[in-house]
Amino acid sequence: MSHPLDPKQTLTDTFGDAIEDSEEFRGELTVIVKAEKIIEVAQHLRDAEGLKYNLLSDITVVDYYPAEPRFGVCYHLYSMAFNRRLRLKVLWSDGDAPVPSMTKLWPSANWEEREAYDMMGIVFSGHPDMRRIFMPDDWQGYPQRKDYPLGYETVQFSFNYDEIAKHKPFAKK
Amino acid sequence: MTADPQTHHAVWEGNIEELKGLVSEKAFSGESMILNMGPQHPSTHGVLRVILELEGEEVLSCIPDVGFLHTGIEKNMEYKTYEKSIVMTDRMDYLNPMGNGLVYCLAMEKLFELDVPMRAQIARIVLAELTRINSHLVWMGIGGLDLGVTSTMTYAFREREVLLDIFEMVSGQRMMSTYFRPGGLWRDLPDEFEGAVQNVLDTFPAKIDDYDKIITQNPVFVDRTQGIGFISAEDAVAYGLTGAALRGSGVNWDIRKAMPYSSYEQFEFDVPLGQHGDVYDRFIVRIAEMRQSLRIIEQGMKRLQKEKGPFRSDNRKYVPPPRAELGRSMEAVIHHFKLWTEGFRPPKGEVYVSIEGPRGELGCFLASDGSPNPMRVHFRTPSFVNLSALEKLSKNHMIADLVGIIGSIDIVLGDCDR
Repeated sequence: MSHPLDPKQTLTDTFGDAIEDSEEFRGELTVIVKAEKIIEVAQHLRDAEGLKYNLLSDITVVDYYPAEPRFGVCYHLYSMAFNRRLRLKVLWSDGDAPVPSMTKLWPSANWEEREAYDMMGIVFSGHPDMRRIFMPDDWQGYPQRKDYPLGYETVQFSFNYDEIAKHKPFAKK
Repeated sequence: MTADPQTHHAVWEGNIEELKGLVSEKAFSGESMILNMGPQHPSTHGVLRVILELEGEEVLSCIPDVGFLHTGIEKNMEYKTYEKSIVMTDRMDYLNPMGNGLVYCLAMEKLFELDVPMRAQIARIVLAELTRINSHLVWMGIGGLDLGVTSTMTYAFREREVLLDIFEMVSGQRMMSTYFRPGGLWRDLPDEFEGAVQNVLDTFPAKIDDYDKIITQNPVFVDRTQGIGFISAEDAVAYGLTGAALRGSGVNWDIRKAMPYSSYEQFEFDVPLGQHGDVYDRFIVRIAEMRQSLRIIEQGMKRLQKEKGPFRSDNRKYVPPPRAELGRSMEAVIHHFKLWTEGFRPPKGEVYVSIEGPRGELGCFLASDGSPNPMRVHFRTPSFVNLSALEKLSKNHMIADLVGIIGSIDIVLGDCDR
């Protein structure tokens, strides 16, 4: 087995400007990467000797509203060979170019990215099946965002059936 | 889907064009058939809907549709204080409430740098392993039922009752226990706990042998599960499979061994592995895991007899003082008032913690902005990720095998949809 490399140093050496920043908190390393380079960086982390981050545990999004850039898309990678974790983060705002999809490297990213789109409205490019995953297809807005209020769905009774059906064009199908 | 008013048959008014790109071209020319399975289907383990493209009985493609149990738990937790949102985690994976609470408490403790007394750590391990057995029993009962071994359900739920009684004894609730709190436990283990767990340790090994006979030595069951739902070790990692679904393919990765939490490193146990990566191997891995859990519980109970220390941290900035202290200490009154009205204000930062749940890697991502409410809580739930591999697992199998495959990846839809 090869010698483990320092991921932060290796990425800075290999990708230079694509690595925007890195921070360490409670022993967890976070590397902030430019969105357009995320696939190259992830592929290097997955395949290079001494890194071998072979498991994509999770993709999740943090909403830093009202800060800009507003969203942080976090990729939690794990290396089975060297037993360590790494968090890649892409900063993204509404209107930015779509984040390249991870599905080509890890099929498990498929549903994780659909969840990120459904809950936070992150747009991914190159995703094979970008539909909402939890919410109904005709849902308005992205529920997990900070400017989306915590609400509830009105129960549909006979007296308010038509009023509620107006907001759900697909429900009649 | 609406009902025809004359015949009362269900009529699908959707458009097949919506499935473009998801099913093969054959579906559009009428060579293959689209069939809807679920969400109210007994063998989909909850409310899972699967859209199947069939040629005869062979599954050409399978599109799982989830979200029927989406309850906005992550969103709701942002509106509660850290401690009060523990109750939400119990309702996520309802077969593993202790594990969900554990991962959330571990994430909080990592964020706050809060130490947990040894007695609480051991008690957490014992209860987490009892919950693992509880979860595997339900999985075994229902999984057997799906494949025609109907008696497993009765036996599994009989045994599960014993475990639920223990959870009720410690926390007052059979399922939604909310027993783990940041810094330790809600209260100390009751005196009867030791005898009740000893009873489990005495009786369960023989019962697990019985399940072995009833399931894994049943020729019909073996024929229906061997060679079905195969996934190679490389694919299993690429698809993010964890837990018994990964170890059934022979990948030796268990978070309890790889990144021990709550002092698992002080316990001796083996990680059962499969070889073939099929439904049968995933079944026997889980049966073997129940035996290992009993081993851990036995060691834990011995440790608990010696560890008689506190069951909760005494860091008053995060842990409320005991009731008795309120009568004589003004400080305690202030802490009590602050903790139950405002909550605590943790440092800013983001942490990710994961544990080995009964279904696989159960992760919790916690982001704090310094306010008493979490800024973002995200759970990496094993059911969600494992279920996304269903399409790969079920390709070119019979419909009847699909039922076994869904059982073998052990999903809980509450865990998946959150």
